[in-house]
Amino acid sequence: MAKTVDGLYYSESHEWVKVEGNVALVGITDFAQHSMGDLSYVDMPEVDDQLEAGEEFGAVESVKAASDLYSPVSGTVIEINEELEDSPELLNQDAYANWIMKVDMSNPAELESLMDASAYDAMCQGN
Amino acid sequence: MAFAYFPHTEDDIRAMLERIGVSSLEDLYSDVPEDVIYRDQYDLPDAMSEHEVRKYFDDIAAQNRQMLCLCGLGAYDHYSPAVISHIISRSEFLTAYTPYQPEVSQGTLRYIFEYQSMIAELTGMDCTNASMYDGATAAAEAVMMAMASTKKKKRVLISETLLPQVMNVVRTYARYNGIELGFVPSHEGVTSYGALLTELAAGDVAGVLVPGINRYGIIEDLTGFADAVHAQKGLLIVYSDPSSLAVIKTPREWGADIACGDAQTLGVPMCFGGPYIGFLACMKDHVRKLPGRIVGATHDVDGKRAYVLTLQAREQHIRREKATSNICSNQSLMALYVTVYMSLMGPHGLRQVNELSYGGAHYLHDRLMDTGLFKEAFDKPFLKEFTLKSLVPVKALQEALAAAGIFGAVEVEDGLVNFCVTEKVSKEDIDKVINVVKEVKA
Amino acid sequence: MKYYDKLIFDLSKDGKQGYSLPSSKWSASVGELPSGLCRTVAPELPQVSELDVVRHYTNLSQMNFGVDTGFYPLGSCTMKYNPKINEEIAAHRAFASLHPLQPASSVQGVLKIYRELSRALSAITGMAEFTLDPFAGAHGELTGLMIIRQYHVSRGDLKRTRIIVPDSAHGTNPASAAVCGLEVVQVKSNASGLVDVEDLKPLLDDTVAGIMMTNPNTLGLFEKDIRNIASLVHECGGLLYYDGANMNPLMGVVRPGDMGFDVLHLNLHKTFSTPHGGGGPGAGPVGVAAHLVSHLPVPKVMEAEDGTFYIADGACRCPSAPEGAGVFGKECGCMPDCVCGCQSCGQISGFMGNFGVLLRAYTYILMLGRQNIRMVGPLSVLGANYIKESLKDSFRLPVPGVCKHEFVFDGLMDQSTEVTTLDIAKRLLDYGFHAPTIYFPLLFHQSIMIEPTETESKETLDGFIEIMKHIAAEAATDPETLKTAPHTTPVRRLDEITAARQPVLQYKDMCI
Repeated sequence: MAKTVDGLYYSESHEWVKVEGNVALVGITDFAQHSMGDLSYVDMPEVDDQLEAGEEFGAVESVKAASDLYSPVSGTVIEINEELEDSPELLNQDAYANWIMKVDMSNPAELESLMDASAYDAMCQGN
Repeated sequence: MAFAYFPHTEDDIRAMLERIGVSSLEDLYSDVPEDVIYRDQYDLPDAMSEHEVRKYFDDIAAQNRQMLCLCGLGAYDHYSPAVISHIISRSEFLTAYTPYQPEVSQGTLRYIFEYQSMIAELTGMDCTNASMYDGATAAAEAVMMAMASTKKKKRVLISETLLPQVMNVVRTYARYNGIELGFVPSHEGVTSYGALLTELAAGDVAGVLVPGINRYGIIEDLTGFADAVHAQKGLLIVYSDPSSLAVIKTPREWGADIACGDAQTLGVPMCFGGPYIGFLACMKDHVRKLPGRIVGATHDVDGKRAYVLTLQAREQHIRREKATSNICSNQSLMALYVTVYMSLMGPHGLRQVNELSYGGAHYLHDRLMDTGLFKEAFDKPFLKEFTLKSLVPVKALQEALAAAGIFGAVEVEDGLVNFCVTEKVSKEDIDKVINVVKEVKA
Repeated sequence: MKYYDKLIFDLSKDGKQGYSLPSSKWSASVGELPSGLCRTVAPELPQVSELDVVRHYTNLSQMNFGVDTGFYPLGSCTMKYNPKINEEIAAHRAFASLHPLQPASSVQGVLKIYRELSRALSAITGMAEFTLDPFAGAHGELTGLMIIRQYHVSRGDLKRTRIIVPDSAHGTNPASAAVCGLEVVQVKSNASGLVDVEDLKPLLDDTVAGIMMTNPNTLGLFEKDIRNIASLVHECGGLLYYDGANMNPLMGVVRPGDMGFDVLHLNLHKTFSTPHGGGGPGAGPVGVAAHLVSHLPVPKVMEAEDGTFYIADGACRCPSAPEGAGVFGKECGCMPDCVCGCQSCGQISGFMGNFGVLLRAYTYILMLGRQNIRMVGPLSVLGANYIKESLKDSFRLPVPGVCKHEFVFDGLMDQSTEVTTLDIAKRLLDYGFHAPTIYFPLLFHQSIMIEPTETESKETLDGFIEIMKHIAAEAATDPETLKTAPHTTPVRRLDEITAARQPVLQYKDMCI
């Protein structure tokens, strides 16, 4: 069964958000990495990209699948996790220890529409 | 009488129908509405024997004229060594599908890897696919690739010195794909650098497509192009004749991000325009946006060196409506032509092909000028094809040549005619051409 | 098959050359070019002898599986026998030596073949006219969609930018639509595996450019509501596109034009027996109904009143047109049904398609003739149903009943083993068969898609059936052998993850 971590926010498209002040750390959930299988590539946004909540910001690829990533929050990309460029497998090893991008949120109220761990768990089990 | 391609006897058909539980072949179409079943006679000829087919095509072949070819403009009469047709006829290559099962496709995968390596050598780029139909469609894919690589830009510039058919195909793709095209005019037969800078000033350009050798046969000097395009974060795409890259400056040396062109010049017969193979190559940073099939080296569970289609997550069958290209061909057999050709030629042979073509083309150029019936159109460096201004009516010139079995002097623009010479053309051939030309009345 | 480990580069030795060229007798030399236009270092191409080349590629060929070496039941790929006479005709030097820009008067024979092949394809499909320019199936799809868009635009109907594609469609359909600037709307399949007409109805409005259908679809099932679907789509002003990837079972029995399709492409490398060549070159001619003829791409071959042939290049030749007007799509004031090319969707290929492939397909049609063409579809359907009925106790058949040229199993009947579709496919290689298409269509998790074609004998099919049953039995008794298959091929399962994570895409990358 896929792991969740308490205290994070979760989106229906399987991204998680960890909030540090006004900055959102965004990654993919354990459920997402598990259903993709061994990841071979993470397509990341560029620093300074402006994102709307729900907008595509990148993709994860395995050998024979690709899945787009959608930003759970609006804001400006202030940092990307460059370690993932050479080591996409880090997301397989621990999806929650490896964020993909940091976003300076323009509308933190959007967090309210995301799920908590138990709601997300329930959604995944419903699948 | 049994037909050669259908191996079933009547007993076989009966036994198979019985296993299926139906009584006739017609019953296999019981789910098809009666009103769409075609019951009329097909308006086709009667079945022919092989012997009749041979005769039929011999007769049709005789309705074409074999001419001495002095025309370039995107298809070139280079020699295709006998080894090539022998290798490409091997059933194991010819009758295989795309190498989806690598365990039984190492032959195909290996030569595509070699093809990629050789195109990389010629262009100087890092990665190549083996999936483009021809040069014109490869250029269109390169333009779409530039759009996909530079997300927020809307416009692509193309040089008006590109071959007309390349411009036309790029225009068609761009129009439906929603790409805004800008055109960089020519100045004295080459892409205008000044006009390029003006067009780039708006900062909205995703890519710029320019030829290495242009529609007039001129080798373009692309000094400064890459810097100008990169300064506003666009990509430089250079369209090349790969055969010429054995001697002339490579797309990499010009600072290109993407290289494309038609590899017909590397051992593929002209065959009235196809099949050919386009090439599309790029620097490593852009490989994830490179369309088509790409082969990578890896190893099997026993540690043996092996090859496999890789980076497939880019492709149309996975991305579906999110794909930036719909390519699913692997122009494999044509890649084999090119790979065998380059193996036979090697660096020295390919240089010699250029040397012979250059020598012949310049001889023809100088003798034509000597006739006094032509003027220089641009007087710029060229390799194997060139453009002259004809002082005699072009139609009369073409007809006189055609009457002597020579195909040349194709009109590129008003009064400007193209000539091309490959290593297949001899001094005697050219002297004959000059004698014919001299008789054309002004 | 035997393993051979060399790359041509491994055989290279400075000073060898595999083809002899004369030394130059010309006085001019490449050395005269300005050095700023010349490359600085020679390309590191291999230096090998002619025999080195012949042996190397012969050895490579022996690690390859082809239709000529064994049964190739690859679903949706129509791996039928590629007749040898096709190759002989296509290799005719009288065709191979023709430059594509030669004057029409010097290539009347070639142009005649274009017209005759077009007419034959019209007769077979019930379409009014064909273009032979598209290079491949996907290229045909793109061209067909351009024609559809051009049709709507020429009528001033600019808001039709959505295209309906069934969820069972080949992935290329939505990709071609996206490249053509169309928005893809998916229509669902119903429980019988067919397009759900009730799901389709609400999608039909004045923004719909058309629908792309594959019939029979990728489950090998005939879309029997096709006439109804055609009238619904036509009523809303849309057009019907036929993906000819699955034309083989209908050849000689049903014509797409009679089902109501407006545009189609054919895969000459599937239905018309031209070899796949490891993935290309193919050809994807596009046929259209009468109301779309003026939108076909240029250049196109036309027949003059005196019986000679010429090439229309898209320039408007109508007497009333202003000079220079009307190069595909530009304003020239012509009527939408003008046939000179000025209403064309544009130029989509450098010259006029893959002539060499067209020659092979036309040879095949002449060999079949009006008589044998009748049997192509029925015999392909016979073979598919025979395999399906023979194996349906060992493999799960999600949609029972008669299929067309192919069908889909959803893994083993016995689901208690860990054995997957991939394992079954790999094990087949050990027994000398190519694997079927796997994990497509996406409607099932363990899809195994099998298409035998009409050129395979009962003996071949019986051999395949026997092995498939044997593999199903092995799955229960010896799953480990399947999970580690193949065992007898030149190489075994590959490390595809490393290949994708650290791409090595050329010889030089290997040497680092």
